[in-house]
Amino acid sequence: MRTGIFRDVAKPILTGFGITAKRLKHKKVTIGYPEALREQYPRTRWRHFLTRYDNGLEKCIGCSLCAGACPARCIFVEAADNTDDARFSPGERYATRYEINMIRCIFCGYCQDACPTGAIVLRKNFELANYKREDFIYTKEMLLEKHPGESDEPFKGFKQKKEVALDSVKDQAQDL
Amino acid sequence: MPKRVETVVLHDSSTPQIGDIQKGGSIVVTTLDTLINQARANSLWPLTFGLACCAIEMMSTVAARFDIARFGSEAFRATPRQADVMIIAGRLSKKMAPVLRQIYDQMPEPKWVISMGACASTGGVYNNYAIVQGADQVVPVDVYVPGCPPSPDALLYGVLKLQEKVKRRKFNKIIELTPRFLEDPEGEEITA
Repeated sequence: MRTGIFRDVAKPILTGFGITAKRLKHKKVTIGYPEALREQYPRTRWRHFLTRYDNGLEKCIGCSLCAGACPARCIFVEAADNTDDARFSPGERYATRYEINMIRCIFCGYCQDACPTGAIVLRKNFELANYKREDFIYTKEMLLEKHPGESDEPFKGFKQKKEVALDSVKDQAQDL
Repeated sequence: MPKRVETVVLHDSSTPQIGDIQKGGSIVVTTLDTLINQARANSLWPLTFGLACCAIEMMSTVAARFDIARFGSEAFRATPRQADVMIIAGRLSKKMAPVLRQIYDQMPEPKWVISMGACASTGGVYNNYAIVQGADQVVPVDVYVPGCPPSPDALLYGVLKLQEKVKRRKFNKIIELTPRFLEDPEGEEITA
């Protein structure tokens, strides 16, 4: 069998580093998560919001259809009648208590589908991890938008500086 | 229209904390607490405890796109003797619960637990006779990560939260070996 310093040592090393050198030209696939945020897909479902109409009234009418549709039974709604003095929603009733157990929720979006007024929506804030069980009961105050249209604002991570586009996924697909 | 007030997150690096490295000097002064906590927080070796579909996302977190190695947690250990943090990824059945507890007991101190996903944290949709309704009935859980399953980013956020917890640990308070819940002045539970 023939041997040689080029054939057995130099050539394999060159081949190996050649692959490395070729890879260096590729776009980086890693997303620097806390600083950078990957672009979420349009129908990503994470944190819930209770939305408002443009005039500031709540959309939720306290019908509990979301609670009925929830497969994990993690939504609790308590409704009461609106009066002319205290009007929260344009309809007859509103939700006095609206609680979601965020840790039992499976983010299936059935509540969003069931809602007749489009009050509850699931948006893209995935940074929900926490230390205590009790902190995961999201009350109406936490879920309700502070002002109309808050839920449609793009999600910013807690440390986000730039958004990584989905191009890196396409880049990966080209390699395969 | 009133502007939304951004909530202040605990581990915002822009707010200076004790132990932060200041640029421009040649001498670094720190406490032993900070030094050990930094070392521990930045080398949390997870134990592979994939029980269900969450494990797929856990594997994805280790892979190149999300790369948990950036936080020093790439060394997934198959033995509890070499692991620092147990990531319970998936629904915990009642038959598996004693195994989980035994593996937790075999992990050396200090040890932490991340409960990943709805099923591990509360049982999720599986509210039935076979599934433990929350892994914290078996082991003390430090960080809960919601989601079904949590995306790799969400798990990374959980790991970051755990790092913050590890960094806040005080040594003069914790001398016992059995897991117990303590209250620290900041109001956060710290598992001894």
